[in-house]
Amino acid sequence: MGFTVKRAGAQTTVQDGGRRGYQKYGIAVAGVMDGVSAAIANFLVGNAADAPLLECMAAGPSLHFETETVLAVTGADMQPQLDGRRVENYASLRVPAGSELSFAGLNSGMFAYIAFAGGLDVPQVLGSAATHQYSHTGGLEGRALRTGDRLAVCGEERKVYGRPVALHMKPRWEKQVCLSVVEDRHAGMFTEAGLHTFYSSTYAVSPSSNRMGYRLDGAAIEHRGAADIITDGVVFGSVQVPASGTPIVMMADRQTTGGYSRIANVVSCDLPRLAQAGIGAQVRFRKVSVQEAQAACRDMRSELSEVRAHIEALRWQWQ
Amino acid sequence: MTYSIFPLGDRALSLSFGEIIAPEVNDQVIAAAKRLSEGLGDAVEELVPTYCTLLVHYRAEAFDYAEMEQRIAALLSSEEELAAVQRRIVTIPVCYGGEYGPDIATVAEHGGLSEEEVVRLHTAADYRVYMLGFIAGFPYLGGLSRQLHTPRLSQPRLKIEAGSVGIAGGQTGVYPVASPGGWQIIGRTPLALYDPGRRMPALLNAGDTVRFSPISRQEFLSIAEGEQSWDLQ
Repeated sequence: MGFTVKRAGAQTTVQDGGRRGYQKYGIAVAGVMDGVSAAIANFLVGNAADAPLLECMAAGPSLHFETETVLAVTGADMQPQLDGRRVENYASLRVPAGSELSFAGLNSGMFAYIAFAGGLDVPQVLGSAATHQYSHTGGLEGRALRTGDRLAVCGEERKVYGRPVALHMKPRWEKQVCLSVVEDRHAGMFTEAGLHTFYSSTYAVSPSSNRMGYRLDGAAIEHRGAADIITDGVVFGSVQVPASGTPIVMMADRQTTGGYSRIANVVSCDLPRLAQAGIGAQVRFRKVSVQEAQAACRDMRSELSEVRAHIEALRWQWQ
Repeated sequence: MTYSIFPLGDRALSLSFGEIIAPEVNDQVIAAAKRLSEGLGDAVEELVPTYCTLLVHYRAEAFDYAEMEQRIAALLSSEEELAAVQRRIVTIPVCYGGEYGPDIATVAEHGGLSEEEVVRLHTAADYRVYMLGFIAGFPYLGGLSRQLHTPRLSQPRLKIEAGSVGIAGGQTGVYPVASPGGWQIIGRTPLALYDPGRRMPALLNAGDTVRFSPISRQEFLSIAEGEQSWDLQ
């Protein structure tokens, strides 16, 4: 059971919830850029939230299926097609043997997710299937997919699981995002004017951004003195400001540690919107307390559980 | 234990034990990591010790920042002295000079030393693994002899082989995987500092003491080929 890659797309990688527990050894977490879209894709096909799936950046792949497969596409709208006919995002699809999934082009967002009922069958490296290309770890030989690759899907007996579910969800991925941040301990390394610049400016996501970090172009943030710190840990969403004064937001493939001052950290429930805003997007920052941040994330988690419950209810109605 | 605590977003927090690279501060980081990993149980996703801070990734679904702050205070504020952490001593074999250490002459010249003296000084010291980071398995080592301090290459190499032992300013370290880099390379170890297939993927842990031991090219090859084993301790 599985599929062949006919065209690889711009950057298609195997991802999951990330490689956790090894950052103390300098091993990067990697994993999906947009954990919410990836979880919904997995729920639609009856998988756990962080089961291995494909993440497609900017331009999706073409995949040829040798056997019948149930899959779902979420995240960025890349206009999925089955044998050239438009199919829905945010729906579980029964793909007949011999057919081909392709994408007509990017409408909105940056990362699409393709989940397969049963999950992708790739070896776990240190407890995760996530691809980290910089260290050649995980996924398929530690790299993005290439034309001609073959991937297997787990669990033949589970492939048809309940009834296909359509969520009729069309998340509109904005090109202008306002992100909540919790100020960092290093905020004191910036002048009052520098902090004001950070909270009042609009930044543009630079074309040199990638899964490791989103570089932002715009007004330079002034440090009081040195911009560098004694090498310290970073998290997904840490906003580092090197001596140049323009911020870099650490994303899924970030290194485990960094030597630049961190002005703030993006609240985790806002990270999917940042990831999906993509290159050229306009970004602003808004300061919140850690209590507000945790309340917002709780709300997002309960919304996600509702989506999951809704999917489960629909799936079993016709059983 | 004296520390300051600060949130890193909504799912992590940072404990700082001072803003200085010093063995006493790093000892506190490592002792705190040990105590929190035992005391916080499944509230913690992972702990990342660095030179002078400890990053705590916690399960924010179950515990909010205020609860974590309290639990950490209870664990770290106890009067009871933190037991001295048993420091492991790891001996790493290195074949110095020749094809494995193309920059040993530069380091010797910079310090006004012979190549033999470079090897003697580099192998005489005990190095503290302050932390691992930057790339998988990369140790930040402290304790390099002043006489060996040498600036980086003016033009970084496109590829430095895995196992290369280098000097950059006052730092010394080992490249766990092949990577571009500007360090002065003085030798190479046949041991794998990083192997994702091992139960312990990194050879070293923060807090270990590292010693380098000189080996011949012949020994390098037989250890690399697996014909000869090497006792780390």
